[in-house]
Amino acid sequence: MILDETARPLLDIRALRKNFGAVEILKGVDLAVRPKEVVSIIGSSGSGKTTLLRCVNLLEEFQGGDIILDGETIGYKTAGGKRVRLRDAELSRQRAMTGMVFQSFNLFPHLTAAGNVMLGLRKVKKMGKDEAFAIAEKWLSRVGLGARLNHYPSQLSGGQQQRVAIARALAMNPKLVLLDEVTSALDPELVQEVLTTIKGIADDGATLLIVTHEMRFAREVSDRIVFMEQGRIAEEGTPEVIFGEGRSQRLNEFLKSSRH
Amino acid sequence: MNYTLHFGAVWASFDHLLGGLAIGLGLAVAAVAIGTLIGLLSAFASVSHSRLLRAISGTYVLLIRNIPLLVLVLLVYFALPATGIRLDKYESFIGSLALYAGAYLTEVFRAGLLSVPKGIVEAGRAIGLTRLQTNLYVVAPVMLRNSLPSLGNTFIGMFKDSSIAAAIAIPELTFEARKINVDTFRVVETWSVASGLYIAACFTIAALLRMLERRFPKF
Repeated sequence: MILDETARPLLDIRALRKNFGAVEILKGVDLAVRPKEVVSIIGSSGSGKTTLLRCVNLLEEFQGGDIILDGETIGYKTAGGKRVRLRDAELSRQRAMTGMVFQSFNLFPHLTAAGNVMLGLRKVKKMGKDEAFAIAEKWLSRVGLGARLNHYPSQLSGGQQQRVAIARALAMNPKLVLLDEVTSALDPELVQEVLTTIKGIADDGATLLIVTHEMRFAREVSDRIVFMEQGRIAEEGTPEVIFGEGRSQRLNEFLKSSRH
Repeated sequence: MNYTLHFGAVWASFDHLLGGLAIGLGLAVAAVAIGTLIGLLSAFASVSHSRLLRAISGTYVLLIRNIPLLVLVLLVYFALPATGIRLDKYESFIGSLALYAGAYLTEVFRAGLLSVPKGIVEAGRAIGLTRLQTNLYVVAPVMLRNSLPSLGNTFIGMFKDSSIAAAIAIPELTFEARKINVDTFRVVETWSVASGLYIAACFTIAALLRMLERRFPKF
């Protein structure tokens, strides 16, 4: 993938701070993601990777800094010198600009695979039933589930459920897709089908921000790797630099400890 | 025991008992319908972010659940007219039972709401649904399905509670049975037939609800 280094970042995170009560989770994170770039965040658990992703999707409130998505500051505005959270309708509109795939799939259990993909199209994009179904069919076929349109989540394997979740996120045509440890809850033999699906959408030119423990996958799919430690970005660089011979001592230790 | 059973006198008035049963069912259906609406609103209020809504729901449940239904029915029927609100005895009873059912259903639906996985709520928000849309299209269907078994219990309970309407002279099953009892003095026969009718009706309601549960399999 050839990236335009000069392009305006699609996602621009500036000095992001987040705390749960007295515990500081993110201690000033700066991160920019350019259009069509694939960025993977690695780091030990508790380093703030997932929280960072959830802030970008506005599922978490944050106490300081800005997140700018495609030129628009999201989540908060300044009114009378004070920083205030936006109204629900605004937050919802901004959330629809990003797609999120969760560790535990989180499919709607009362809807079929097609129904899961269609809900956002119908209620957020206000599409008619036929149009929404056509798009659902297209995306479910894209993730290899064209024959499972009318299956309920409980009738699908973990890998299949996660692929439905990927189709559900992508069908909304988001500017940015957030993937939060999407293979961590899967049986080992189901991991590959999901990773292959993600590789496919990356090759199609989607912009991805990935939190993962799959180092080989991160190396293979990413343009850039970000290593987080204790709420800060400790290092970042191309996979060659991060996984290469000249890497730092602490990165070396983390990579050694994360090898299965 | 030298009591000889004579059901003849009860059978002679059996159509009154059936009519009473139908009235009881009608009262219960109307009250449960309104009560379900109250219960849904109150349950969502009980888990809302607004302290005021939570307080309203909590106070409602606290007050209604701690008044015996009979007292509530008498209070509404006899005390409300003093405030200038005039209801006939049917409206008054349906209102009372609906209030009562609403309080119990608040708890049923609240438990259902707490059983909805947080992850699917986040998934709904993540695709851009507003809070209201998430509640309507994700939370409510899952919560209703999870609540079905306890809903059945409450519905049956409310139907049996329609017998309290006898206290304000609504001619439902218990009222009719008491009349037959007074007219014929066939105590055992009257009350055992009335009990049989309640059992048959409750059994039917339970069977219908179980069918509904099977139609919407557990997730």
